[in-house]
Amino acid sequence: MKYIDEFRDPAAVAQLVDQIRCRAAALPPREQPWQLMEICGGHTHTIFRFGLDQLLPDNIEFIHGPGCPVCVLPQSVIDQAIELAQRPDTLLCSYGDAMRVPGHNGSLLQARADGAHTQVVYSPRDALDMAHRHPGTQVVFLAIGFETTAPATALAIRAAALAGLTNFRVLCHLVMIEPPMRALLADPELRIDGFIGPGHVSLVTGNAPFEFIPAEYHKPVVISGFEPVDLLHSVLLLLQQLQHNQARIEIQYRRVATAGGNRGARQPVEAVFEPGPLAEWRGLGLLPHSGLQLRPAYRAFDAAALLMDSTQPATTQATAPAPEADPRCRCTAVLSGKLKPGQCPLFGRECTPNAPLGALMVSSEGACAAWYQYRHQGPSDGPH
Amino acid sequence: MARTERISLAQGSGGEPMQRLLRELIWPAFDNPILARQEDQARLAFELRPGDQLAFTTDSFVVTPLQFPGGDIGTLAVNGTVNDLAVGGALPRYLSCALIIEEGLPVDLLQELCRSLAEAARAAGVQVVTGDTKVVPRGAADGLFINTSGLGVIPAAIDIGTHRLIQGDCLIVSGPIGDHGAAILASRQELALHGDLRSDCANLWPLIQTLLPNPGLHALRDMTRGGLNAVLHEFAEAADATLLIEEHALPVRTAVRGLCELLGLDPLHLACEGRLLAAVAPEQAVQLLQCMQAHPLGQGAAIVGQLTPRRNVPVILNGVYGVERTLAPVSGELLPRIC
Repeated sequence: MKYIDEFRDPAAVAQLVDQIRCRAAALPPREQPWQLMEICGGHTHTIFRFGLDQLLPDNIEFIHGPGCPVCVLPQSVIDQAIELAQRPDTLLCSYGDAMRVPGHNGSLLQARADGAHTQVVYSPRDALDMAHRHPGTQVVFLAIGFETTAPATALAIRAAALAGLTNFRVLCHLVMIEPPMRALLADPELRIDGFIGPGHVSLVTGNAPFEFIPAEYHKPVVISGFEPVDLLHSVLLLLQQLQHNQARIEIQYRRVATAGGNRGARQPVEAVFEPGPLAEWRGLGLLPHSGLQLRPAYRAFDAAALLMDSTQPATTQATAPAPEADPRCRCTAVLSGKLKPGQCPLFGRECTPNAPLGALMVSSEGACAAWYQYRHQGPSDGPH
Repeated sequence: MARTERISLAQGSGGEPMQRLLRELIWPAFDNPILARQEDQARLAFELRPGDQLAFTTDSFVVTPLQFPGGDIGTLAVNGTVNDLAVGGALPRYLSCALIIEEGLPVDLLQELCRSLAEAARAAGVQVVTGDTKVVPRGAADGLFINTSGLGVIPAAIDIGTHRLIQGDCLIVSGPIGDHGAAILASRQELALHGDLRSDCANLWPLIQTLLPNPGLHALRDMTRGGLNAVLHEFAEAADATLLIEEHALPVRTAVRGLCELLGLDPLHLACEGRLLAAVAPEQAVQLLQCMQAHPLGQGAAIVGQLTPRRNVPVILNGVYGVERTLAPVSGELLPRIC
């Protein structure tokens, strides 16, 4: 299969692993391994699916970053989505994997079983088509994701505005990658040595959100593709920079990403959205200017307004968010590389993919869920 | 424009409209002497020899959409039940067929599906000898649900099943995996995907018949709901073994892989409707593989793994880079990933 097989070629992988071993052996000796963080959940999934972490030499390890949009979705947003889906005239459209995320009173899948109206869609455009086809139904799109999903959402809203559609709205929890990275890097105990940048976010944003990492923290960033050869090549490029004490942004994913990004994709986002004052992140708490909200001209498309109409007050309107995950959760320690998923006391016991307590267990792109699915009690894990 | 004739609740009421539906549409499709007696039960003359066993199975079919590339709910309702008999070594003989029709289903479509079901039964050499027809109000079903039960005979000499699984057994799949699941996903309207995806829906008995004489054949399962992964877990559980699967050996069509890459799904979890997994004695594995490959239903057969001593997980996948990983059972619905 074109664009896939050549980037999964076992011979190419073996060659890269050899080069990584040579390069890693040339790094200055250390007591603890060199830590490389892959920021994006898509990368985390590839690493576990292909066991790439087990191909690395002992002095290199992957730390799994905060870039899984499903994992970081706060429970309060799921609660709101369920409340909307329960309205008799409303159809809640969602990406598939958000359906399983538990709110405070269950997931959208469970709400569907109780009679709520939900529909899995593949793009906001599908939700817009639903609104066209069912003029008597209020269609709400649960808009989640990073800079990658924001452009399509913005275009759908603009198309709805142009068509004068009044039965299409979005429940918006679009977020940006730079604020959580800044929050992580501000931790003085953080040991991470280099970053694997999210190729599909960069396709839209260019290098801009990551420039502070080399500039302010003198750590290298390599923007990477999503196949095994891409990721291992990115590791090699990071090791080269580390060996020479360099810190700059490099693009490995040249077939897709550029330093300037895609202006055409950013333009509709800037036209429709503006940064909101505060956004809630599951596992990370409240981060200023980390989420997008509709500009005043497009507020008519805000589904949260429907909730304010209802007799129950909307949870987002509360000044303090509801208490998040279980206080015993060690998600933040896993995110910053201080703990491996399996070292969390809740992992695999009280916290599993079917009943996640912590953010990283929620989606298969979360570090803990991926670890559980591919590694739990697995061959390299030893008997429990 | 002519108004589409649709099934009404009256046709399920037991009166004249229902009699007409049965007389004009249902019975002609399944015409056979046992059904033609119109008794409340099918009367079957079985000649069993000592040691022969009756095999009896049932399955309900609720697929959406009702028609899809490579088949429809009618072919599925026959082949699904026939295959459940066949993987036990039973020669399929008789089927029951119960239709639960949603009010409003176009009569033409019902007729087409009944003909398709009857044709699949004829091709499989089984007779539909008893049945039932119900009509439920709009919204109480999804177009058409079908239940079929099947009767077959396992000859005294045949003994295959999970009780015969033993460490060292080789695992053979009879062809590319995930075709049916991928075809269904792609043909759902809301997906609007087009590609060369066809259900593998087929009667497996002719293939199984060629394998049965080989004493090295230990167990067979058709890989329907939950795909290959579900059957691997069933085998592992039954044999108290760990199944070691070689990822590079798994046959998957390019179109199915493409769909899975696009949606973030795994072909191991997608249903097949015309493929089986065989556990066979290692010394007979090559012979049985060649036997499968020589049959049109088993051309794409491949040895994919082996039963090994029980470790701490039931199924382990040896990846293409030589790294082993756990193959977890599917938890709940298959949902596409956002990125």
